Amino acid sequence: MKAPSDKAVERILLGVACTAILCLIAIAAFIFKEGLPFLAKVGPGNFLFSSDWRPDSGRYGILPMIASSLWVTLGALVLGAPLGMAGAVFLSEFSPPGAVKVVKPAIELLAGIPSVVFGFIGVTVLAPLIRRIAGGPGLSLLAASIVLGVMILPTVLSISIDALGAVPQGYREGALALGATRWQAVRMVVLKAARSGLLAGTILGMGRAIGETMAVIMVAGNTVKMPSSALDSGRTLTANIALEMGYATGMHRRALFATGIALFVVIMILNAFATASLKRRAGGRR
Amino acid sequence: MSQKPSATRPPSQRVLAFILITLSLFPESCAGRASSVTLAGSTAFQPFAEKLADEYDAAHPEINVTVQGGGSAVGISAAVNGAAQIGMADLVELPPDAKVLTAFVVARDGIAVVVNPSCRISDLSMTRIRDIYMGSVRNWKELGGPDAAITVVSREAGSGTRSSFETILGHFDLTDTAIIQDSNGTVRETVADDAGAIGYLSYGLVDRKVKAIRVDGLPCTTELILAGKYRLVRPIYFLTLGEPSPAAKGFIDFALGPEGQASIEADGLLPAR
Repeated sequence: MKAPSDKAVERILLGVACTAILCLIAIAAFIFKEGLPFLAKVGPGNFLFSSDWRPDSGRYGILPMIASSLWVTLGALVLGAPLGMAGAVFLSEFSPPGAVKVVKPAIELLAGIPSVVFGFIGVTVLAPLIRRIAGGPGLSLLAASIVLGVMILPTVLSISIDALGAVPQGYREGALALGATRWQAVRMVVLKAARSGLLAGTILGMGRAIGETMAVIMVAGNTVKMPSSALDSGRTLTANIALEMGYATGMHRRALFATGIALFVVIMILNAFATASLKRRAGGRR
Repeated sequence: MSQKPSATRPPSQRVLAFILITLSLFPESCAGRASSVTLAGSTAFQPFAEKLADEYDAAHPEINVTVQGGGSAVGISAAVNGAAQIGMADLVELPPDAKVLTAFVVARDGIAVVVNPSCRISDLSMTRIRDIYMGSVRNWKELGGPDAAITVVSREAGSGTRSSFETILGHFDLTDTAIIQDSNGTVRETVADDAGAIGYLSYGLVDRKVKAIRVDGLPCTTELILAGKYRLVRPIYFLTLGEPSPAAKGFIDFALGPEGQASIEADGLLPAR
């Protein structure tokens, strides 16, 4: 038998838990309510596959933004994911245990640095450097990829450390007992066993990269044009919404909500992947 | 504790007393400072409005003036929907939405075309500037400079500076390779950083980090703008919905009065008349 006060607390907690879900539903409903009529009117094909974005003349093609978003996200992963995983392998397999206690919190602190600070460093240091070495305007997809690569490092690294830590000690001991060197044991046994966890970390990092706005606005140059090289500047989906929402009215405003839908769908897909791979990991360990 | 009330009152009680006193004062102070004025809009005029607000606050502590940015389009929509008592917009042509608003010209502002200080070019015609922004001239070589690509820097579509710039040059479609920055300050930083860049910004915000070039042979100076010779000039409007409230009226009168105009002029803008 539960005391009445127990039940009350249970109800209250249930209510609180539901508000989070309600918020999510409300946000989704609002974005879709504002954006769907626009999609119906302009047509998803014209919206998604046209590269002509001139809202003041009624042309709403977001293909360049989709391409730029995917470009910087992929760039961030290529730079950030190997670094994060390599760091995690070192910290969890090779370093003295004391080092993890110092290095891991330090890297997690990196996650707490506001994105505007990353953007500022990107503008003042990285963009001029890229312009000097590689040419182009400097404010570019490459600059955005590098900044985002650093920004997703903490996510990839800390989830990778957890994934490697979850590999049973017996696997390592077994490999070493069979005569494998430490590196062989890590490469052939531990990394394989932790594979889905490493993937989950990468996918969460990807989610962070595609959703980042402030730092990208500052370093990507915001040009509405199909990118043809990493040195071109480009505008991501998030940057498009943030730059234009302040003054957009009517159809233009609805077009930005529709941009939000495109972003929402991409992030949902990525999250679904992440959840699925996390589940697989949990299942594999049993 | 109640035996020795005043001397040994614990801190928590003192805090409570303080809060109660503050609260009891609050309705009164609300009445005293009921006249708060919010301005929003043009990032070009924002620093000037902030300075005017500080000066006005010093003389009229009972009125609280708040200044927000956002761009001219935000200024217009904020004035229309009541989010700000005064909208600030710097546009050559006010859009149709602004027809319902009462407009006061508070200042005029030149638009300076700026390049990196290391750039050899120091004079361009309006037509050439238009060519650059349309993307038909893409290399400094075509203008007599070094063989280097031109980085075109423009503003977001809601910017009053951009809309005025494009209107005065004759409406055109901006080149799709233009870098878009969302304030006068970031345009200046981008041009200051990139040897091949060209940008435009409010004359009052030009500093030594960038070089303002002559347009059609004329430098962007106060004298030439006042004489009506330098053509890249736009008015800066204060917009109110209907007649301004007494508090807003007070601030507008201050901005239009000798003190306000002098302050605007001291920082590089031009007086309204």
